[in-house]
Amino acid sequence: MENLNSYLIVSAVLFSIGTIGVLTRKNAIVIFMCIELMLNAVNLTFVAFSRYLGNFDGQVFVFFIMTVAAAEAAVGLALFIAFFNNKDSIDVTDANLMKW
Amino acid sequence: MFDNVWLIPLFPLIGFLINGLFGKKIKNEAIIGGIGTLMIFLSFLVSCGILMQMIGLPPEQRVFEKVVFPWIHSGHFKADMAFLVDPLSVVMIMVVTGVGSLIHLYSIGYMHGEEGFYRFFAYLNLFCMSMLLLVLGSNMLVMFIGWEGVGLCSYLLIGYYFHKKSAGDAAKKAFVMNRVGDFGFLIGLFTLYWWLGSNHNIWTVNFMEIKAASHLLPYGGVVTVATLCFFLGATGKSAQIPLFTWLPDAMEGPTPVSALIHAATMVTAGVYMIGRMSFVFIKSPDTMMVIAVVGAATAIFAATIGTAQNDIKRVLAYSTVSQLGYMFLAMGVGAFSAGIFHLMTHAFFKACLFLGSGSVIHSMHHALHKIHSHDDAQDMRNMGGLRKAMPITFITFLVSTIAISGIPGFSGFFSKDEILWQSFSNPYHGNLNIVLWGIGAAAACLTAFYMFRLVFMTFFGECRINPGAKNHLHESPLVITIPLMVLGALAAFGGYLGMPKLMGLLPNYFEHWLDPVFELSTEYGSTYAQHGEHLSHGLEWGLMGLSVLIAIIGIGIAFTMYVQNTKLPGKFVATFPALHRAVYNKWYVDELYDYLFVNPCKAFGQFLWKGFDVLIVDGVVNGVANTVMGFSGIFRYLQSGYIYNYAFSMALGVVVMLGYFIFK
Amino acid sequence: METLFFLIITFVAIISAILVVTCKNPINSALSLIMTFFCLATYYVMLDAPFMAAVQVMVYAGAIMVLMVFTIMLLNIRVDASKKHSHKVVFSLIIGFFTFVNLAYVLFKSRVAVATGPYSADMIKQVGHTELIGKEMFTNFLLPFEITSILLLVAIVGAVILAKKKI
Repeated sequence: MENLNSYLIVSAVLFSIGTIGVLTRKNAIVIFMCIELMLNAVNLTFVAFSRYLGNFDGQVFVFFIMTVAAAEAAVGLALFIAFFNNKDSIDVTDANLMKW
Repeated sequence: MFDNVWLIPLFPLIGFLINGLFGKKIKNEAIIGGIGTLMIFLSFLVSCGILMQMIGLPPEQRVFEKVVFPWIHSGHFKADMAFLVDPLSVVMIMVVTGVGSLIHLYSIGYMHGEEGFYRFFAYLNLFCMSMLLLVLGSNMLVMFIGWEGVGLCSYLLIGYYFHKKSAGDAAKKAFVMNRVGDFGFLIGLFTLYWWLGSNHNIWTVNFMEIKAASHLLPYGGVVTVATLCFFLGATGKSAQIPLFTWLPDAMEGPTPVSALIHAATMVTAGVYMIGRMSFVFIKSPDTMMVIAVVGAATAIFAATIGTAQNDIKRVLAYSTVSQLGYMFLAMGVGAFSAGIFHLMTHAFFKACLFLGSGSVIHSMHHALHKIHSHDDAQDMRNMGGLRKAMPITFITFLVSTIAISGIPGFSGFFSKDEILWQSFSNPYHGNLNIVLWGIGAAAACLTAFYMFRLVFMTFFGECRINPGAKNHLHESPLVITIPLMVLGALAAFGGYLGMPKLMGLLPNYFEHWLDPVFELSTEYGSTYAQHGEHLSHGLEWGLMGLSVLIAIIGIGIAFTMYVQNTKLPGKFVATFPALHRAVYNKWYVDELYDYLFVNPCKAFGQFLWKGFDVLIVDGVVNGVANTVMGFSGIFRYLQSGYIYNYAFSMALGVVVMLGYFIFK
Repeated sequence: METLFFLIITFVAIISAILVVTCKNPINSALSLIMTFFCLATYYVMLDAPFMAAVQVMVYAGAIMVLMVFTIMLLNIRVDASKKHSHKVVFSLIIGFFTFVNLAYVLFKSRVAVATGPYSADMIKQVGHTELIGKEMFTNFLLPFEITSILLLVAIVGAVILAKKKI
């Protein structure tokens, strides 16, 4: 059984990679996947802490996060499709109506 | 009945709302005119009821204040929407609603077929409401609403034919000059309020409360300042020197407007205001003298101008200014009830004169219109011999002219003679009295002269009108002549209400009626009055006879010049060309004002526009805008509008802040 | 033995996570992400949370990722064609690095000496992880659990509305 810190390091690495992905990629779906990655990194932290504290609150929280992620996926992907219908593209650079 | 006093201004307001909001839809002139007339007539009935009730009460109980609703209550300051019913305001509402109803009725006939008929009646009703607020207001603020309201209506009605430039200019002139006066009114109000409040902790604008506290006011000093300011307001509204030039120009409005607003009611507001606050005015001997002098000066000054005008309405306008001068003279010599009495009789005969001139213009206009002539329908040189064509108009006009000239037996004689006698015998102005009387008498002579000149040029002599139009001249319809007859009767017999005690036939009802209002003022006045020897009845009879004689001389001169020997005026002009030119051009007062005030103002405005506004104000505004634009040109790169840039800054911010809190 | 296993899983997880970010083709990214999710499921098993592992596989790898792959195919996106901004990548790497530093520091600092809760590894083995989670969920977290259903309902409605032709 590995100690807590190893899991936390892995979680931090995954989270950072997710952040970099969100910042560098232009494809909205890929950005979305990177966000999922970040969420999962957080999930790992929750489960690890939960295990080492002997408390299940963290795992229940993970369960809720998954629910949110599912809802987010449904709505988010619907948004992408609507966006694609309008702009014929899925690039965030094309989401520029706010540009002056 | 007193409790229903709020109905009096309400009816015209309803009429204004109906005609103003729906008049365009109604279209039918009979209905619009009927509503307007009916509303003011209802007010007249209520006023009659109040008068009847007041007659039944003993003099001490003839004051009643009706609070309609609390208006402004803030700290010390308290002003209600309240109406004051006392003998003075009852006289005023009787005049306003009575003459007002007749003029409304007259307008139905006179304005027939005019574009904007409904607009005219809406304004007229609004005017009546404002005027009634003015005379009924129980505090200075309600009075001020009315004061401003009548100014506004005057502006609207002078500019009724707004497509004519001269009418628009006249309206603006009237409004601006009234503003100068209103400024004085407000300053006076503030001064009085401030002085009473800060020195005696009586914070009030209510007339009755000021009256109760008036014994605290000093003689002269701050009261002089306040009353002079009030008097400035009165000169603006009542067309006295120096603010009188707007009234003759105001004749650009329709004739009923001239009759109602610029002769019978609105222009007397200044006189009424002085009467209402007589207990303050009398406390300043200096102000009283200023009022008397200005009144006398205006009376003679306007009368001289009136002798040389050819426009029938302009003559009447200068006559109005002159008669208002008499009223101020009366106020200035402490003869308040005589002033108010002249106000009333003047309302009768001057309204009748204006309506009569309107009737003449109306018929002239139609006759000239029939033959497509472009002669001026208001120029007396185009008239003459109209008495046969328009007998009713002629008779009522003649009666009113006799009344204004001061021939015994007619209303103007009683009031004017009372004023002249009081200006001679009053105990306030010492040696100035004889001068005031002299000026008043000279003005009376001129009045008789120019009024009969008007009558002779219009109704006598041979007809100078275009021969083709002559056959089209005819008497005006009944709706016009009925008001004329009623007013003519009032002009003839209205004076018996205030017959001098001297004659002993009738008690001076009018003076007794107003006694409770002016009692206190007389009491204050007596503290500095110089009582000379008692003037005998013989002297009074003598002066009365003298003033009648003077009037008859004036009439005689007019008769000689304009009926017997019609070449005389031309010779006179040829002999004194400079004098005639000066009088004909109204002593160049307008030009003087243009030179002194208007042109400097315009130049200053030009400077402010070109120099100050364009360079400095616009420069600052544009400079600020340009600076902001320059900076935003740099900073706008932060706001790219792309989502990922915002995500980037957010992540950066999170990292930096997290790092700061972790590693600090 | 277990340490070696942990290291291998960690290696795979990080490599596939990097692939998610770097792959030009979104399909490849998606597949790499699925790999990462499996690795995480493995971690959950190692952390005595088999139920979470199952849910992870079913919900993430099974439901969400299928949805994503479907969307990618539906929109027929092949390659992320837009050219990259190098400075943006550099900045992002810097930010990512500092994120990592921050997180690692915080996580290291949070020392957990003793287990405070009632659930030990033995107890989980004895009673069963699913049952314990279920008990927790339907007793202490009943209200949030019910509210979750509302969230899902809203998501369904939102997705249906957004999927209409004309928004």
